[in-house]
Amino acid sequence: MKHSVTNVVIGGLGGQGVIKASDILADLVFSAGLDVKKSEVHGMSQRGGSVSSDVRFGANVFSPMVPPGEADYLVVISSDQVPVNQAALAADGVLIDDSKIDVSKLSNKKSVNVALLGVLSKHLDFSVDAWMAAILRNLPEKLHEVNQKAFLLGRNG
Amino acid sequence: MKVLLSGDEAVAAAAYDCGVELGTGYPGTPSTEILEEFDHLGGRAQWAPNEKVALEVGIGAAIAGGRTIVTMKHVGLNVAADPLFTAAYEDMNGALVVVTADDPGMSSSQDEQDNRRYAVAAALPMLEPSDSQEAYDFTRIAIEISERWNVPVLLRLTTRVCHSKTVVNPSGAPLPKTAKAYEKDIKTHVMLPGFARLAHKRLREKLAQIAQWNEESGPTRTVKGSSALGIITSGISFQHVLDAASEASVLKLGLTHPLPIETMRKFAAGVDRCIVVEEGDPYMVEQLRTAGVAVEDKASIFRFGEFNVDRVRRLIAGDTTPEAPPVPGKPPALCPGCPHRGIFETLRDQKCIVCGDIGCYSLGTLSPFDATDVACCMGASIGLGLGMRLTLPEEQAKRVVSVIGDSTFMHSGITGLVEMVYNPPPSGHVLLILDNGTTAMTGLQEHPGTGRTLDHSKTGKVVIEEVVRGVGVKNVHVIDVVANKEEFGELLKNGLEKPELTVIVARRECLLAVRSIREYERANETQCN
Repeated sequence: MKHSVTNVVIGGLGGQGVIKASDILADLVFSAGLDVKKSEVHGMSQRGGSVSSDVRFGANVFSPMVPPGEADYLVVISSDQVPVNQAALAADGVLIDDSKIDVSKLSNKKSVNVALLGVLSKHLDFSVDAWMAAILRNLPEKLHEVNQKAFLLGRNG
Repeated sequence: MKVLLSGDEAVAAAAYDCGVELGTGYPGTPSTEILEEFDHLGGRAQWAPNEKVALEVGIGAAIAGGRTIVTMKHVGLNVAADPLFTAAYEDMNGALVVVTADDPGMSSSQDEQDNRRYAVAAALPMLEPSDSQEAYDFTRIAIEISERWNVPVLLRLTTRVCHSKTVVNPSGAPLPKTAKAYEKDIKTHVMLPGFARLAHKRLREKLAQIAQWNEESGPTRTVKGSSALGIITSGISFQHVLDAASEASVLKLGLTHPLPIETMRKFAAGVDRCIVVEEGDPYMVEQLRTAGVAVEDKASIFRFGEFNVDRVRRLIAGDTTPEAPPVPGKPPALCPGCPHRGIFETLRDQKCIVCGDIGCYSLGTLSPFDATDVACCMGASIGLGLGMRLTLPEEQAKRVVSVIGDSTFMHSGITGLVEMVYNPPPSGHVLLILDNGTTAMTGLQEHPGTGRTLDHSKTGKVVIEEVVRGVGVKNVHVIDVVANKEEFGELLKNGLEKPELTVIVARRECLLAVRSIREYERANETQCN
């Protein structure tokens, strides 16, 4: 059962959109009809400290927390936070950080989180349309265009 | 229709679907979102100045026949403990559900107390959901138990249940109300000793009945597995167990006070090895051993902190090799431009001995301010400061300053202020009230000093400096430290030199809140005209 679950950990600093990114991912897989659990710790971390969020999905998910060393994908929004989160990643897991995209091409630097979801999307079996729908559902309208572009930058990069 | 909800949102949804008429509480991570969501859904939700008042309002509403939910974080139940214990004796006519959101691992709390102990101490039923579906279902069960036995019911969540989003299939079914119209009945609603003696016996009888119900039809789950290993568990630990020991037989409790001891005894007898996997205190282990059920406890290292799948695996394996500390992340800090910054710089530069309090400004303890010396619980800064002033040698006593935020002052600072006027230290005292116009740390909630209710509409406003003057403090100053940092430094210096009582209200809105505050003000003005 355990092997049918995909584990994603998203890390970064408070204010970088870690939780927003995990909201989008959880919404995407939930809308695809999969079981999903998403977990993070709020509170003190909102004041600029390190934040991470776990998303687990598959046919049947139990613990909401990704077991240490079992993340299939580790998405880190600022690369200085890689060491803090490295222990989450499985030996054969994939690290996705901001070195995977050309940040200078983003019209809004705050959309790095969604650009990295674009990179992640290449590894997961969901359509671009489904991703876009999830992005739009989770962001206010004025941020739609910039984030759609950011997603495609990561996806097509 | 299935939805993806956090545990907090699921409690709110169930309360709304069950027709809860009043939600009240005090904000505190990880419980805050329950009332915000209840309000969002259309329920009547309000912030009280503190948890004790919230619970008292809830008890009144429930005695009057209402369905009521009262929410707080674990340490909030310490504040509300006084009414809780006596409400257990009094007959609730409607329903009273008290949510305690515990924080094992202390992701944003000052202790990791296990509030299952309160269920035993106050003799109240307690339910512990393990995910959002159960948070939804158990809220409903809590209301049913409360109305059937006329007792308050504790609903214990933990951080991971509160803040994890999991799939919920809400029944949405209405819950017919059973409360009778309110009638005066002093034997069950006034706990004079003569009435209370009888009430205590009634409470024990109710608990015995609830224990029997729990044995027969309580929200207990069993997972059939190998008879070699049996695991007794509850709450979030259950979810970790399912990952960590997929081969085991599992008995998972939903109503963890009073426990279905006979069901547990039978389960333990049917397996070769029976281990209790519970986060926090050895609560179930102690209850089982007292009842003569031989079960294995976790090793002592697992009493500390939060569980995860890996720790549960090692717990079951009896692996007690020291756990590697996590790689330290970047600690939280006061925001760039935060109005508290200049205050803590001044306190540091004037070499004050600072008694701090609970809120964003507890970050004044850390570098680069290194300002705070002592802190304890909500509102304690004033009492701590007075005690230090009374005890330290004069040269040190003169440097003691108490620092409290606006919401914390409303919560439990006012009685400290009364103490300051009533028992002033010979060296006087200086109290700083940092008024940033919001309950910032928990996520920008309103409080009585903002003059806006939970949903940000206009209401009566408690003005801090008027309270301070009203209590009897003569030297009261209001200042914006961002604009007048030097003047603030002088005020503080003068206050410390005089053997008098000085209160400085440092008023400047939280940077994160200021835009919303302006919007609320505009909306409220439009509505009033």
